[in-house]
Amino acid sequence: MFQSLVNWARVKSPWILHWNTGACNACDIEVLAALTPRFDVERFGILLQGTPRHADVIVCTGPVTRQVKDRLIRVYNQTPDPKFVVAVGTCACSGGVFRGNYNVLGGIDQVIPVDAYIPGCAARPDAIIDGVVKLLAKLQGKAG
Amino acid sequence: MAEVKIPIGPQHPALEEPELFLLTVDGEEIVKAEMRIGYNHRGMEKSAEFRTFLQTLYLFERICGICSHSHTTCYILAVEEVAGLEIPERAKFIRTLVGELERIHSHLLWLGIAGHEIGFDTLFMYSWRDREFVLDILEEITGNRVNYGINTIGGVRRDIPEGKIDDYLKALDILEERCQYYAKLAFEEGTLAARLSGVHYLSKEKAIELCACGPMARASGVATDVRFEEPYLVYDQIPFNLVTYDSGDIFGRTVVRVLEVIESIKIARYCLQNMPPGEYRLEKVPKKIPEGEAFSRYEAPRGEDVHYVRSDGGENPYRAKVRAPTMQNLLATMESLKGSYIADAPIAIASMDPCFSCTDRIALVRDIRSGKESRIRFRDLSKYGKGGER
Repeated sequence: MFQSLVNWARVKSPWILHWNTGACNACDIEVLAALTPRFDVERFGILLQGTPRHADVIVCTGPVTRQVKDRLIRVYNQTPDPKFVVAVGTCACSGGVFRGNYNVLGGIDQVIPVDAYIPGCAARPDAIIDGVVKLLAKLQGKAG
Repeated sequence: MAEVKIPIGPQHPALEEPELFLLTVDGEEIVKAEMRIGYNHRGMEKSAEFRTFLQTLYLFERICGICSHSHTTCYILAVEEVAGLEIPERAKFIRTLVGELERIHSHLLWLGIAGHEIGFDTLFMYSWRDREFVLDILEEITGNRVNYGINTIGGVRRDIPEGKIDDYLKALDILEERCQYYAKLAFEEGTLAARLSGVHYLSKEKAIELCACGPMARASGVATDVRFEEPYLVYDQIPFNLVTYDSGDIFGRTVVRVLEVIESIKIARYCLQNMPPGEYRLEKVPKKIPEGEAFSRYEAPRGEDVHYVRSDGGENPYRAKVRAPTMQNLLATMESLKGSYIADAPIAIASMDPCFSCTDRIALVRDIRSGKESRIRFRDLSKYGKGGER
């Protein structure tokens, strides 16, 4: 009973943390654009949070650079369970054009587990919303 | 009172990108400001050496997603200079048009972020809503909202869609009206002026001394703009004004950017109305670029962008070097942070419109006197890229 209440709350108001792991800013501005009036993900209860300790979903953009790797793991560990990771953009999914560069490790899944992949260079806000809604459906499925 | 060190970043709500600012504060006042960049370093210039000139173009589009057209145009101007290609007039107009639309979108984006940093979220939502007009035009012309990919060696990839110019002009009219409203908001409404006046002051002398560029320098009264100093593309044909402001604070930077948007709308309108007919790309472009080197300057939304390209006669660039505007503005920003209040730090950092994905690089200092050869092994590069323990 209590668990179903928690799940209901989680599905209705997933709070996200936006974390640039070395992206070119294109996906970042599209993530922000998804929060603004034209696309407005707030109608799904999604709210941008400043700290990982308040977040349910980590939205990662960009390939993982060597320098950012330790921070990414730290931010992931700071996020309370259950947590979900969304990789936005081709670079976050696989490394994209930066794959093979000396300072790039590849996609987000090289470092932390990823729940949803949203490809695109840059991923359009429509695609981001679609990905997030699919993630919510997955959450609901989990809730039973 | 004891001095306290406050880290801002790498993950911080005020920063869009991972960077570390280490501020030493005495009470409320910042006495020392340090920064560590490099979290976004991806090794672009090195990987350009393994790609052809055309592939490098699309790689350089991803240096920065906000000023992507600036980087590609700057790079392509250098490549075309080496290759000795003269591109059609229509292509130049389309490049200029996309460049100015990009400036509009970038400045509106900045206005929103600045509004967000000072807790004026209404401005954030307003300006990002209006920004969508520009993104719609860009999407129709180029096919993508960001990372347009419109440049190609010898011209542009697509023509302006037929019969759409009137729609674009109409959208620009609405946008101009909105920007006039923002200008009015800045000058007449007390909130912005009260919050931003006198904050993060940069004097004209300091701006020149520390090589500030772009809106940051223009807000301190330095009349610097590559579009005037060394006109590229078709800027020598287009009438427009150079916007400067003398206050040197963040309020001045806001005013300069808002007024620049209005100028950019005029330029975009001029380009749409006076677009010459004809071809928009060269039919044949050599795959191999002859030996030579070139250096080109471009006024990106954030300031002066500089690219250097060298070819050894092959298909790949022998060296491609980028110097982005944020690199220049960082010094002035860090200098002005000293003496500001800690509560002003987020908006002060945001006021230079930072773009660290352009900035982050590895630089090796070579001691010429020692006579040692300065070669670096590939695996050492990634060691340097990691940047030690943080």
